Formats: sequence, C-alpha cells, structure tokens
Amino acid sequence: MSRTPIHLETPLSMEDIEPLKSGDVVLLSGELYTARDAAHARMKEAIEAGEPLPFDLEGQVVYFTGPAPARPGQALGPAGPTTASRMDPHSPMLVERGLRGMVGKGSRAEAVREAMRRHGCVYFGAVEGTAALLADRVKEAEVIAYEDLDAEAIRRLVVEDFPVVVVNDLHGGDLYTEGRERWRRRKP
Amino acid sequence: MRKIEARSVIEAVRDLCIEANTRLPGGHLAALRRALEEEESELGREVIERLLQNAEVARERCIAFCQDTGYAVFFVEMGSEMRISGGEIGTAIDEGVRRGYDEGYLRKSIVRSPVDRANTGDNTPAIVYYEPVPGDGLKLTMLVKGAGCDNMSALRMLTPAEGIPAMKEFVVETIERAGPSASPPLTVGVGIGGPFERAALLAKKALTRPSGEPNPDPEIAGIERELLEEINATGIGPAGYGGTQTALAVHVESFPTHIAAFPVAVNLDCHSHRTASTEL
Repeated sequence: MSRTPIHLETPLSMEDIEPLKSGDVVLLSGELYTARDAAHARMKEAIEAGEPLPFDLEGQVVYFTGPAPARPGQALGPAGPTTASRMDPHSPMLVERGLRGMVGKGSRAEAVREAMRRHGCVYFGAVEGTAALLADRVKEAEVIAYEDLDAEAIRRLVVEDFPVVVVNDLHGGDLYTEGRERWRRRKP
Repeated sequence: MRKIEARSVIEAVRDLCIEANTRLPGGHLAALRRALEEEESELGREVIERLLQNAEVARERCIAFCQDTGYAVFFVEMGSEMRISGGEIGTAIDEGVRRGYDEGYLRKSIVRSPVDRANTGDNTPAIVYYEPVPGDGLKLTMLVKGAGCDNMSALRMLTPAEGIPAMKEFVVETIERAGPSASPPLTVGVGIGGPFERAALLAKKALTRPSGEPNPDPEIAGIERELLEEINATGIGPAGYGGTQTALAVHVESFPTHIAAFPVAVNLDCHSHRTASTEL
C-alpha cells in the first residue's frame, strides 16, 4: 500500500508492537501460523487437557485462513483472511499464553480486545478477497499439526512483506470504529 | 423434443466453476474501477487497488482470487421442450462441480451436516434451483457464494403498515451490523414479497443480475438507488476501514405476497462477487 509501511520481523517483541497505531500499514516477514475454526477448537481441547500446543505461542502471529489447494510450483494456494469473530471464544486463551499478533478480517469481541491490551497482542487486518496476492508473499508452507483437517490444518508459513493493517493496537485504537465514524454521513 | 447430453452438462458446469472462481465478471470489475475513482478515503482507495490487482493475478495464473470458493449455487432454466439424455441433471451438475473444484485447485468447503461437520471432500452437493421455462434451451447460472458474507445475511417478516421505510431501514441495519465482516464493497441482493422462503431465494437470485443493472420496474429501481446512497452513507467503506464505497450495487427483486405480509430478505455478497452463466 502507498502509506509508508512499517517493516516487522516475527516473532514479535513487545517493543515491536507497542508503537503501532490503528490504521498503520505493516509488512510482516518471518513465520506465521495458520489456524481457523477447527484448529482453534483442537487447541482449546489441548489446553484443557493440559497437553502441549503444536507450536510455542510466545511472540508468534496466527493467521486466520484456510487456503485453497496450491497449484504445482506454488508454496501455498490462494489464502486470504477469514472472519476473525468466529475465533473470539478461543483467542483470549492463546493471547494469555504469549500470542503477540493475529491476522484476520472483521471486528473482535470486547473480551478479546481486553485480553490483547492486557497481555500484549495486536490484531491486524489483511484485505479479504486478495487471496491470490497474499499467497504470493508466502515463500514456504508446511503442515505442522492436525493434517486431517486439510484446509483447516495448522501450517507454518514463511512470509516476506506480507501486507496487513493495524486494526486493534495496544492503546484502545480500533480502525473499524474510527474509520466508520470518520466517513459516516447518516445516523447510526 | 431436443436432447442434451448429460456429458455436456458436466463439462459446462466444470468450466463455470473454474471461470467464476478465477475471473471477476466484467460489470463487477467496471463497478470496482468506478468505486476507485469515487472513493474519498485514501486507505479505501488502496484497498480497491489491491482488489483490482488481485483480480489480475488470479486471471493471469488461473487461480482462485478468494480462498473461500464457496457454495456452488446454480440457477437452472430448463426449457420444457428439452430433455437430458444419458443421465440425470442433478447428478450431472454435482459431477461437474466435483471436476471443476478438483481441476481448478479450488477449496472444498462443504460439510455433510451442520451436526457432524465432516467435509464431503469435493464441494458437493451443489445448491440447485430449477425453473421451468418455455423453449428447448438449458441455461445455467452459477453463483459462487462465500460464507463470510452469507453469514451476515438476514430476513425479517415486516407488516404492510411498516412498509417501504421499514424495509429500507432493515436493509441498511443488516449492513451496519455486518460492518467489515461481509467484506465490503458489497453487492446487495434484496428479496421482497412471497412467503418466508421465497424472499430469501429472491435475495440470492438478485445477486446474479449483472452488476448495477436496475430493476425494470421504475419504482423498484428508485428504491435501489436510494438504498445504495443510504448504504454508502454508513461510512463502513472498503474492507471496513472507513470510506464512501460500502456497496457497489443494490439489486431488489420483488414477488407477489399475502395481504397480511411484507417479507424482506437481504443476502450480502462480498467484493469477490462471482457469477458466470452459460447456455446449452
């Protein structure tokens, strides 16, 4: 995007995310972990059963997506973000355990936003429906857990300049609310 | 009686699945370009630019422009002087979907039941609506329907006394509630009239109309224009980041209804608005 982007390398530190403000354009490089509905349900079961999670959450970023199959020669098939609110019931328990970023689309519940502020986690928006472009920024992809879930399996991705926008920062900023209020021309 | 081979139906459906998922319809692309010119928010314009770039990449490489390759929905106009030979039409459509989603590297997103949620593995069954028409033709119109926006759709049984103002308010309210989750800029399908289920079906069918083509009834076309203006005044904007382009088009379809009823259904479609059509 044409706004001056901020380059960040994952895993993220508190120092990386503290200065971020809602509306900032960020290019992420490094590892992202994919997980959506079914993978979150399994991680919840694992936590409740006291079992280890498929990857160490500390400083990591989860990407809510379920890619389409890759054509030969592609690291990953088209993979845009899915609606994040479906992960709301599960996100706080991951945020409490060190997750530092989430990438998805759509608003988050207050309980999630509160957990993010308290434990230090930022919610990024990726432009939904740009799956072909986003997959282009994925250099490596491997399934690391729940292979039977197919598109919903957990994948470890290595990305380069993966474009996202800060939706919820650590200071109470919310791009969806601020953007809508700025451009609203009718009463809610 | 004209005969159409089931084999031809299978091939036509396979091609439609791949075409609809990898090429945005021309009218929709034109609407996105117009929105790019009209959008006042900088971030909003950048989102639309990305959508247009994404459409180009998808077309060039023949890959899906959105990973949610959706429900495969078909509206089938069946000529009364035509019959399918060498198979049954529903089976042929499912077989076409199976091949299209496999050969097109499209995601399989259908589970066999909301209860056990086991993936059917081939994106079947297709969702098919048949309509008998005069003549010996067979027309297949496909709508690829992603779940993110379908989930934000709604239906309300209004009373006749509440009328048009309440109908408009309900449409805008549905979009306000969906906010960024339905992936704007949207195409909005509205069905009014009929009993409960007909309104929902009309709302879905309204999405297959070429983008921005007005309803032939001038009164309804007027409602479409007013709704578009109201929706774009919500400020939700492209990707929900704020802006003036929340919807690209509003299509309203109407049907006779009961003296006591005013059903209204709103089916939202995201900016990956995917339709394709073919005649056999």
